[in-house]
Amino acid sequence: MGCPQETQAQTLPGDIEKFSAALKRHGLKLDRGRCRILQVNVGLICDLCCRHCHLTAGPHRREIMSAETMKEVVDFARRCDFELVDITGGAPELVPGIEGFISDLADVIPQLMLRSNLTALGSQERNDLLSTCVKHRVALVVSFPALREAQVEAQRGSGVWEKSLAMLHRLNELGYGREASGLELHLAVNPGGAFLPADQAAVEKRYRRELQRRWDIVFNRLFALTNTPLGRFRRWLETSGNYDAYMGKLAKAFNPTVVPGLMCREQISVSWDGYVFDCDFHLAAGICQGEKRTHVRDLSAPPAEGTLIATADHCYACTAGAGFT
Amino acid sequence: MKTYYDPSDLSLFETIGKDAPELARKFFDYYGAVFAEGALSAREKALIALAVAHAVQCPYCIDAYTRAGLEQGCDLEELTEAVHVAGAIRGGASLVHGVQMRKIAEKLTL
Ligand code: SF4
Repeated sequence: MGCPQETQAQTLPGDIEKFSAALKRHGLKLDRGRCRILQVNVGLICDLCCRHCHLTAGPHRREIMSAETMKEVVDFARRCDFELVDITGGAPELVPGIEGFISDLADVIPQLMLRSNLTALGSQERNDLLSTCVKHRVALVVSFPALREAQVEAQRGSGVWEKSLAMLHRLNELGYGREASGLELHLAVNPGGAFLPADQAAVEKRYRRELQRRWDIVFNRLFALTNTPLGRFRRWLETSGNYDAYMGKLAKAFNPTVVPGLMCREQISVSWDGYVFDCDFHLAAGICQGEKRTHVRDLSAPPAEGTLIATADHCYACTAGAGFT
Repeated sequence: MKTYYDPSDLSLFETIGKDAPELARKFFDYYGAVFAEGALSAREKALIALAVAHAVQCPYCIDAYTRAGLEQGCDLEELTEAVHVAGAIRGGASLVHGVQMRKIAEKLTL
């Protein structure tokens, strides 16, 4: 099956330049550097239905990684020279066998990272997952989009605020986010609508001060992430009449200097069913890596340096302002 | 021109430099420096700007600094409080001039 190289381009408002044209105008191309990171999307199931989710994950989704695919991913990781595995979802916490998967990956990759939504991680049955994370020094990247209850719940659903704070306290008690513990806790913050995130350093400073002062919570780093116009967020943009203006805003904020550092240049994403993509956004949009849909079991190595990466107009979200980290 | 205000004019602000480039450059340099992170954070400055926008009743600035406030992570409660600050100062500024009115009236009346 061939891969669409410019999906969704036809839906861009007429006065906005295509992403590929913006790259060309700046004399740039999007190609691969050394592939250091393996990102694994273990499933689209989630306990939440966040309004900005580019994967439209939720409790209704049934797509989860099977034990066999987990084994194939571990075998792939063993064949390659990755420095970091980034485990994401949906809510990876809800995928059966996730602890064993983490332990198996820890045997072959020096550094692991798990994206968590805090509520799924906080359910009682996940004690074994937490101890697995502590044991293998898995860095946690947790979503915590605002410092106010109403804003968090508008984006992530009711009841999320209390559970998130409780889980952050618990993680701090385990040593996560505390200096010298070796257990890293990072916060991921998405804007609550059709606008760009604030300057990352300024947001981090404010979160550090407020979380410490009001709830005695500490963390290592904060990532201010731009909402990508895909999935549930894209549908909201369209139905709320914000799509054209948001795409215009992203395109206007195109920053050519961030292109060499884009994450797709040094990572590969694997879907819940074992297929490879250039990134999680292309995965959501169904734009596969390379010329044809490829399964990890059939790959002996990640794509070589210099391999071209397919572009799409949602790439504008990665290049707006300071870019995506 | 059908109306005095058109939202799309906001993005044309820079064209104000067309026939007076040097003055525009000075203004935009100053403007950029004012809103840079300093002793006050960009977030605090966005809230101040939103309040001032309501005090001077500039629809372009209300549009721009509502967006800027949201981008800086402010919520509706904070944005609304900023508008009340403008309201209180505007109302208070009128009322405090009442002191002048009273003094003048007292001087003029038996
Ligand atoms: S969406 Fe972002 S990460 Fe993915 S290919 Fe485009 S620029 Fe790279």
